[in-house]
Amino acid sequence: MKLPPFDYACPATLAEAVALLASHGDAKPIAGGQSLMPMLAFRMASPTLLVDLRKLPDLNRISIADDGVQLGAMVRWRDIEDDVRLRAAHPPLAAAIAHVAHYQIRNRGTVGGSLAHADPAAEMPGVALTCDAEIAVTGAAGRRVIPARDFFLGPLTTALAPDEIIVEVRLPAWPARRRWGFQEFSRRRGDFALAGVALFYDEDADGKAVNAHAGAIGVADTPVRLTGVEQALNGCAVNEATIAAAARAASADVDPPDDIHANAAYRRALVGTLTERALIASAAI
Amino acid sequence: MSVQFTVNGKAAAVDVEARMTLADCLRQHLRLTGTHLGCEHGVCGACTVIVDGAAMRSCLMLAVQAEGSEVVTVEGLSNDAELTPLQTAFRKHHALQCGFCTPGIITTAHALLSEEPYCDADRIREVLSGNLCRCTGYVSIIDAVLEAREAYQNADGGAR
Amino acid sequence: MKNTFIGSPVERREDLRFLRGRGTYVDDLAPENLLHAVILRSSVAHGRITSIDASAALQVPGVHSVITAKDMPGGPPIIPMRLQPLPEFKPFEQPVIAHTKLRYVGEPIAVVLASSIAIGEDALEKIAVEIEPIPAVANWEVAARNQSLLFEEPGTNRSLVFHARKGDADAVFRDAPYTRRERLRTGRHYGLTMEPRGVMAEWDAGSGKLIVSGAAKVPFFNRRILAKQIGLPEDAIEMVENDVGGGYGARGEFYSEDFLIPFAARQVNRPVKWIEDRRENLMAMNHARESEADIEIACARDGTILGLRGEVHTDMGAYMRTNGAVGARNVAQFLAGPYRVPHVSIDSSLWMTNKTPVGTYRGPGRFEANFFLERLLDIVADDLGVDRVDLRRRNLVSSSEMPYAIASVQPTDAKDEYDSGDYRAALERCLTEFRWDDKAKLQGALIDGRYHGLAVVCFIEGGAAGPKETARLAVNEDGTISLYMGTSSVGQGVETVFAQIAADALEIPMDRIRHVYHGSTTYVSDGYGAYHSRSTVMGGSAVLDAAANFQAAIRDAGAKRLGCDPSAIGIAEDKFTGPGGNSLPLAELAGLSAEGAFLNKRHTYSYGAHAAHVTVDAKLGQVQIVDYLVVQDVGRAVNPLMLRGQVIGSLVQGLGGAMLEHLQYDEQGQFLTGSLADYLLPTATDFPNVRCIVLEDHPSPINPLGAKGAGEGGIIAAGGAMANAVANALRSFGAQPRQLPLTPTYLWELVQAGQREAAE
Ligand SMILES: Cc1cc2nc3c(=O)[nH]c(=O)nc-3n(C[C@H](O)[C@H](O)[C@H](O)COP(=O)(O)OP(=O)(O)OC[C@H]3O[C@@H](n4cnc5c(N)ncnc54)[C@H](O)[C@@H]3O)c2cc1C
Ligand code: FES
Ligand code: FES
Repeated sequence: MKLPPFDYACPATLAEAVALLASHGDAKPIAGGQSLMPMLAFRMASPTLLVDLRKLPDLNRISIADDGVQLGAMVRWRDIEDDVRLRAAHPPLAAAIAHVAHYQIRNRGTVGGSLAHADPAAEMPGVALTCDAEIAVTGAAGRRVIPARDFFLGPLTTALAPDEIIVEVRLPAWPARRRWGFQEFSRRRGDFALAGVALFYDEDADGKAVNAHAGAIGVADTPVRLTGVEQALNGCAVNEATIAAAARAASADVDPPDDIHANAAYRRALVGTLTERALIASAAI
Repeated sequence: MSVQFTVNGKAAAVDVEARMTLADCLRQHLRLTGTHLGCEHGVCGACTVIVDGAAMRSCLMLAVQAEGSEVVTVEGLSNDAELTPLQTAFRKHHALQCGFCTPGIITTAHALLSEEPYCDADRIREVLSGNLCRCTGYVSIIDAVLEAREAYQNADGGAR
Repeated sequence: MKNTFIGSPVERREDLRFLRGRGTYVDDLAPENLLHAVILRSSVAHGRITSIDASAALQVPGVHSVITAKDMPGGPPIIPMRLQPLPEFKPFEQPVIAHTKLRYVGEPIAVVLASSIAIGEDALEKIAVEIEPIPAVANWEVAARNQSLLFEEPGTNRSLVFHARKGDADAVFRDAPYTRRERLRTGRHYGLTMEPRGVMAEWDAGSGKLIVSGAAKVPFFNRRILAKQIGLPEDAIEMVENDVGGGYGARGEFYSEDFLIPFAARQVNRPVKWIEDRRENLMAMNHARESEADIEIACARDGTILGLRGEVHTDMGAYMRTNGAVGARNVAQFLAGPYRVPHVSIDSSLWMTNKTPVGTYRGPGRFEANFFLERLLDIVADDLGVDRVDLRRRNLVSSSEMPYAIASVQPTDAKDEYDSGDYRAALERCLTEFRWDDKAKLQGALIDGRYHGLAVVCFIEGGAAGPKETARLAVNEDGTISLYMGTSSVGQGVETVFAQIAADALEIPMDRIRHVYHGSTTYVSDGYGAYHSRSTVMGGSAVLDAAANFQAAIRDAGAKRLGCDPSAIGIAEDKFTGPGGNSLPLAELAGLSAEGAFLNKRHTYSYGAHAAHVTVDAKLGQVQIVDYLVVQDVGRAVNPLMLRGQVIGSLVQGLGGAMLEHLQYDEQGQFLTGSLADYLLPTATDFPNVRCIVLEDHPSPINPLGAKGAGEGGIIAAGGAMANAVANALRSFGAQPRQLPLTPTYLWELVQAGQREAAE
């Protein structure tokens, strides 16, 4: 399982990196390599050039401001874990990332790599989609910002052009009193989830849920929004009946695949169960 | 491509193909065969080395990416004279059988205890969940790492 | 000096190198001028090869040559059966490389020799193989239709039926007051070793010698096969065992590569090394365990077992290979487990399918048998309203019945008997230590969203397969002593165990035994290897014999030097002593050596019980272990520290097979679990709450150590215990798991089915 042949470049600036990607037909960025290297080892990818992003300045910054949380593309899982501010600044981010992979992988795997890799069961894309994140990218044609809802197109497929590099992901500001839940289930700790659910809502003066957001991973070609759940929550007090209705809506919202780890019917039920549990957790916050 | 980095405190300069992993470079070019390959796709942890203080899978890293880094392998955590406290605890608890997973577990445990010398059994299990061992069933490994913590602790509650 | 190393938790010698990263595994060898072998494997399950074109591969810079069946004059040699070499199996044996037909995904087609593995793999992609597909036989039920045949000549996909018989089962079933029939299945999994396999061969054309590194388990036997296949005398071949990263029954059998790599080295007259990668390992190393039972039990109303009958169907994969029949035989012979079953009739069919061939994996057939029977017993207890524990107490073979004859198997005419022990005592000890009575009230209870379940099951483990093992002791130049063994290491720590035994027998400190050599054909005249939990018992007993001969030799030689009677000579540390305080350094006798052997036709049976306390989240289908205890009586534990390691290690492997590990194929025989992200091994977080107690209450009467083989006790009963504990937890749903592994999907489906039934 040795890697196929390729060239390697480690540019010092973003402009150089983009130029390298643009001038090679079949070049690929490499960030942490924790998804790309296994793909290469199985020869499921065979780029002619790898463009290492590790020397690019400023891509590993985490900034927390009034307008939200910004994570540079080269921020590692480990950095998110270590930054205690994030637990308040964006609780579901911290909660979701706690499920990603293992110690050694967390020392290298990055936010940008995960978004670009777009594994349908990965946590970061799920959080980005559920939280209406924006993904800032730079390419030969310049900078643009892609809303998460337009970013994930299929399994391992995104809206990125071949010469585009993710620079940062922006999560909108998180009000302190917002209610949220994140639940996932995997066969073993650190494995990709059989399914996962992230959700949050605010409460109006009457204690009814407003602005409900819910999303799921592991149940489709991309992370998905659970619009039925959002509808079931908006305008309702989050009580037992609402939770039950939302859980049913979650199962109805998804059409999951069969695979070697779980079948479709199980996954459909699982999304309902996880939604129920996430809502129970949200009410207890 | 030529790469320079330090391995176990010594400068190393090697000429490698871009596609060579750090694991293969350590094993083939530097003959540090303590770093083992159990899967070459990032799951088993046998290839774990410490790069700039952090435990990493050397099969998921290119040798050229180690440029300028400080790499520590199991050989670098050993000496001829005696077993280190971590190694001693492994031996005492019979935390290894065939020994194939052992280097990756020693490097991982060393990195963990250096950072978190007061970690509890749950944390040790969580961290070691990225290292597969087929022989021991893990119980003895966890006991050994728990016991070795003391050597990484300072009287004032900090790390050594 | 009287030693007591035997029985002490002596720390291992091996650890000193392993902990420092100084072990030498086969991939650590890198002689000058080495070529790397990479193997092209079939990507289809069943097909006919119409052409192989390697010309483009040969153009890749760095590629030296490509070897196919065409390069073997007279066609590729066949891998013979090592155990149960029955004539019936002949037509189903495997050629070392495919030449006309492909029968499983992963079957070798060509060997590329290149200056690096990476270049070899580049070349693989350039070999064009044309294949005419044939409908795949993806499981035993399809095989039984005999429509698509793997082998045309025998005209059937069934290579054999083993018949296990005792008493007259059909007669008992005619009049039985109670019978119950069940279909139960175990999943395909395997003895994955963390170190993949590897072979390195060096051919010296001048001396006509072939050195093969990477040997394990049964090097002497494999040398015999290789010598014949490659056309060399046995003594021209040296098999070298390096450090071995796990065996578990699977490593060290004769595989295709054990011929292909030496053959290649001889062809090109250069050292050739092949290191299996993990993806290959998943489809090339022996698979195991996939078996389905359709069995029926007859009981008296009080739960006394009267008889057992039925059929077992084992999915053998594509070829009958070396020890592949052992599981299917054992499952029939040991279906009754440690219980008194007077009448047995089991037919065990071996079905050829388009999957990786099977071989033994730790506890072969016994894991399956234990799951089948123990599952059935809990169902019986429910039916009859008998307490599950009492049912077992009532039926365990008692110590007064020893030796106890079990079913014999045809056509191998395998008769066997349990040697000794008090099975009931081990069960009671397990219940007490587990605090069964305190926990009993938890059965089925729903606490904080999780259902609690308990189970206790009993097992026996066979060990110490004969016929023989050998050992040799020799005095080194520096007066230390070396021990040379015919058995092998597969990572269990035999160096330490044998040094303990030798030091005790010679009454010298352990560090006087400088080296324990094992596993290589150069060290002793013959050897049988590491399988069937035999190394310690057989090898250890051979060490005792060698020690006695060695002492005698030293006495004779010493008597000549010191001019006294041999009986006056003693050994003390680095000296041999005579009367009147006379002594000379042992180094004076450098080169002196003596061999010993142990012969044995009977098997030891260690035994015990597993108790499990689990909780189940019925909505997730997720199982957690609250407490799991194995109690095993091993007769005598030479090294209790290492024995505990064997028990816990094998237990967690068993839990993997019960809960996680599953080699999966689709209907076309396409292999679906080609990575460690697909094939799930237990990790450190999966099964934390496991413990064991090792008993030495009943030494084996059939060897001088009193030891019983004990490397499998943890694995054998894990499937039965977990399935029963889960059934107990989910009893309010009427859930009866009938297959392994107990995946979340499967358990969720059982719960759903129970809920639907309750609603109707
Ligand atoms: C055993 C194992 C278990 C894992 N478990 C999980 C898990 O549970 N959950 C989970 O989410 N992940 C898991 N991962 C994946 C891990 O989190 C990866 O680190 C992550 O998905 C990719 O990040 P990376 O930085 O390593 O990306 P890389 O591997 O470097 O790159 C991945 C892809 O993204 C592209 N890319 C990288 N960075 C950029 C960028 N800035 N702009 C544009 N393209 C870019 C690359 O070209 C490549 O195609 C696991 C990995 C392993 C090996
Ligand atoms: S060899 Fe690197 S993780 Fe397995
Ligand atoms: S000691 Fe053998 S794999 Fe861990």
